[in-house]
Amino acid sequence: MLTALILTLAGLGLLAALAVPLARFAWAGLAMHGGCLLASVVLAGCGLAVLLAGALPVQALPIGVPALVAVDALSAWFLLLLGLAGSCSALFGLSHPLVAPRLLAAYPLFLAGMALTLIAADGFTLVLGFEAMSIASWVLVAADHAQAENRRAARRYLAFALLSGICLVPAIGLLGGVAGDLSFAGIRAAPPQGWVAVAVLALVVVGAGAKAGLVPLHNWLPLAHPAAPSHVSALMSAAMTKVAIYVLARLLLDLSGPAQPLWWGVPLLVLGAASAVLGALRANLEENAKTLLACSTIENIGLICIGLGLAACFRAADLGVLAGLAAGAALLHALNHAMFKSLLFLGMGEVAHAAASRRLDRLGGLIHAMPWTAGAVLVGVAAAASLPPLSGFASEWLLLQALLAAWRVGDLAFQVLGVAVVAAAALAAALAAAAMVRLFGLVFLGRPRTPRAAGAVDGPMPARLALLLPAGLTILFGLLPGTLLGLAEGAVQVLLPFGVAERSGFAMVRVGDGGARYWPLALTLLLAVVGGAIWWLVRRRAPAGVARGPAWDCGFIAPPQHLPFGDPVTQPSAAGFGQPLRRMLGGSLLAAHESVVMPRPGDPAPARLTSGYADPSEAWLLAPLARWRDALAVWAEKLRDLPLTATLMLPFGTLVALLALAAWLEAR
Amino acid sequence: MQIPPTQPSPPHGGGEGFRGRPAMTFSDTGYDIAHLLGGGILLLSFVLLYQRRLEGVITAFAIQGGLLAAAAAWQGWVQDEPGLYVTAFLAFGAKALLIPLALRLLLRRLGLHRTVEPALGIGPSLLAAAALVGLSVMVVLPVTAGQAQALTRENLALALSVVLLGMLMMIGRRNAISQVIGLLSLENGLILAATGVRGMPLVVELSTAALVLMLALVAGIVVFLLRDQLSTLDTHVLDRQRGEGP
Repeated sequence: MLTALILTLAGLGLLAALAVPLARFAWAGLAMHGGCLLASVVLAGCGLAVLLAGALPVQALPIGVPALVAVDALSAWFLLLLGLAGSCSALFGLSHPLVAPRLLAAYPLFLAGMALTLIAADGFTLVLGFEAMSIASWVLVAADHAQAENRRAARRYLAFALLSGICLVPAIGLLGGVAGDLSFAGIRAAPPQGWVAVAVLALVVVGAGAKAGLVPLHNWLPLAHPAAPSHVSALMSAAMTKVAIYVLARLLLDLSGPAQPLWWGVPLLVLGAASAVLGALRANLEENAKTLLACSTIENIGLICIGLGLAACFRAADLGVLAGLAAGAALLHALNHAMFKSLLFLGMGEVAHAAASRRLDRLGGLIHAMPWTAGAVLVGVAAAASLPPLSGFASEWLLLQALLAAWRVGDLAFQVLGVAVVAAAALAAALAAAAMVRLFGLVFLGRPRTPRAAGAVDGPMPARLALLLPAGLTILFGLLPGTLLGLAEGAVQVLLPFGVAERSGFAMVRVGDGGARYWPLALTLLLAVVGGAIWWLVRRRAPAGVARGPAWDCGFIAPPQHLPFGDPVTQPSAAGFGQPLRRMLGGSLLAAHESVVMPRPGDPAPARLTSGYADPSEAWLLAPLARWRDALAVWAEKLRDLPLTATLMLPFGTLVALLALAAWLEAR
Repeated sequence: MQIPPTQPSPPHGGGEGFRGRPAMTFSDTGYDIAHLLGGGILLLSFVLLYQRRLEGVITAFAIQGGLLAAAAAWQGWVQDEPGLYVTAFLAFGAKALLIPLALRLLLRRLGLHRTVEPALGIGPSLLAAAALVGLSVMVVLPVTAGQAQALTRENLALALSVVLLGMLMMIGRRNAISQVIGLLSLENGLILAATGVRGMPLVVELSTAALVLMLALVAGIVVFLLRDQLSTLDTHVLDRQRGEGP
């Protein structure tokens, strides 16, 4: 089966190589996306088979340099996720294919890079796949480079990708130790200790966190996702950030050994909580649908990281059952998020194709024009708002249950931290629900805000399939979390080698040894019965023969002659919808500001209300970095004006210093 | 550099004997003479540093070139490597005869600036040179302990010292001709290191020699231009003459 995976990777590489010469034919896009669809199905199938049948042994990659690949349960879980997200993305690509040759070449490479990262069995292959993924996705982010803002997004994306590489390579080197054995088996045999462990933790959290979008390093996400084509941003949000999560889990929880102290998981816990709150809050304020979804991705990545950090802490405190619960919740949420976020991005892509805009203030009323898309997106939105019985609820419920048990770790400081994280996670879940209500309401409900939105239609069959597939999976995963947790058991075992109790069944999820239970199927039945009863009651009480009439009309007036779709001002705008939250929470977290400029008395000009907000990472992280970079550049520029003697002195001084260092090291 | 792995290497002393002679020991003539020549080259580096007159500098450089040629020839005989004789011949021709002659001609043509103007005083530069020799011995001897032959080890320490002193001379002098000589004596140190190690291919040494000739040529042209355009040999005037500006 590993051979099949390697052949799939080779096939993707071949597809990328052929894309450039074949790009002038009209069918090139179809063939390329078809090939990627096939490859994704193979990846998902292999992942599922390994989860059911057991790990595949280590094998060398036939590329001339020593590179090992293997698939264990953890890899297989993420392969399944990648395959499913890739299938949806490629299906969508079949109906709206990419055209430029460089994009056609980059798309399969992106897929292959992610798959290679997941099946790597040594540090070298891991970094190779990770970097291939970064570079290929950079090309895809720069797809529409004619616009200045997209160029800016791509530049920033590249800077963050480079940061990831700069941090991950030394982290792998430190894990390899003095012996330099980079294979995972070798690293596991000699886990890092002391300051090496601290350095590995910091480097991996920064390196993989920058790719996943953890909070101080999340800045590229809201820029890059709107810049990329829709199905690429679906793949980036659903799969690429999860590959970064996989790297985090693999390097910190698996390879660094189970004997790490309690604080090992704390950075993930804190950064995860911050990401969850900030992402969800920003999602409530954004006015571009894809930026909104990108911010929601930051929130969900935060929740997954909370799960992983909690698992590490519980493991250190010898609470095996709870650790298994937290890790299982994190893995489950990764899969569920991949599905509903693919669905939402593809749905917004469909909307952007049909209504020619992604700005919430130019959409509206699409539920009548695009019923298929609206139905599918409704499922995704409900899952993202974690409404039962959909998939988002199951995993977030498990995560909150694990968080609520954080008091069982004896350390008082950790208990306080646990309470704070619970509050943050709950706040994030509520904010996410509000953001999703706002998204669906502004895009699909109400009246069209532009003529173009009124003329939108559903996409062709493959595009509808690309929406129905993740929608169906979201419902299915929501109904069967117990089965999925059973499937993830092997992956949890990889992360936490001991002490995980059997706790899940077909119809019920039980939390650890406590009393909390969740019966998804029974809950669905209950909801269906109650909903049916209400519908029946309403129908019974209603008079026969319903007539539609313009009674009070909720403030809507009949559209005037010059505005056939009604005055947009009579509907809530995106900024207006977000205003309460901006005023309540945005002031401290996002430096939100609002000011009214009144005209002078006697001046007939209108008063102007201006409002805005800024991401804290801009002011606190990127702006100082930019200042340092400029100062460094000025300083380096001075080197050009050095006199000849000083220029000679520089290499001479360096050489003497290095020799002195060597002499000192020998003397010790 | 390749050292044949099949030969057993004793803890110190010159490894396997050549031409059927017994293995070199610590008191062997081969070792002594190589050491003497290397030490002589280093001594001349010091001489280069404290010479105040340009003629003296050029003479010292010529003697250093001659000693280098002798050291290379001696290594050729000890190692039974005919290629090293070619190196010795080239070193003698270029370093001991051709370049000093050319520099003297240059001096006569330019006629001025017979005295060196050190940017770093003579005393401090000699002190720094002594410190650098100490540093290179401290670095090289422990690093190569038990790995290479003693002959190579001592030679490497001497060669590194010569290289560092050459650099020091380039930094400590303001005169263009002194700087060129510093560069060439640095290169002498490189050749000394290369000849001391067995198995260095001839082509490396030949290309190094060619490089030196090119360097000397370029340096000569620069000196001429300096003299023509700015009517001085003090390279400090170049500091204002960079970039596209006037």
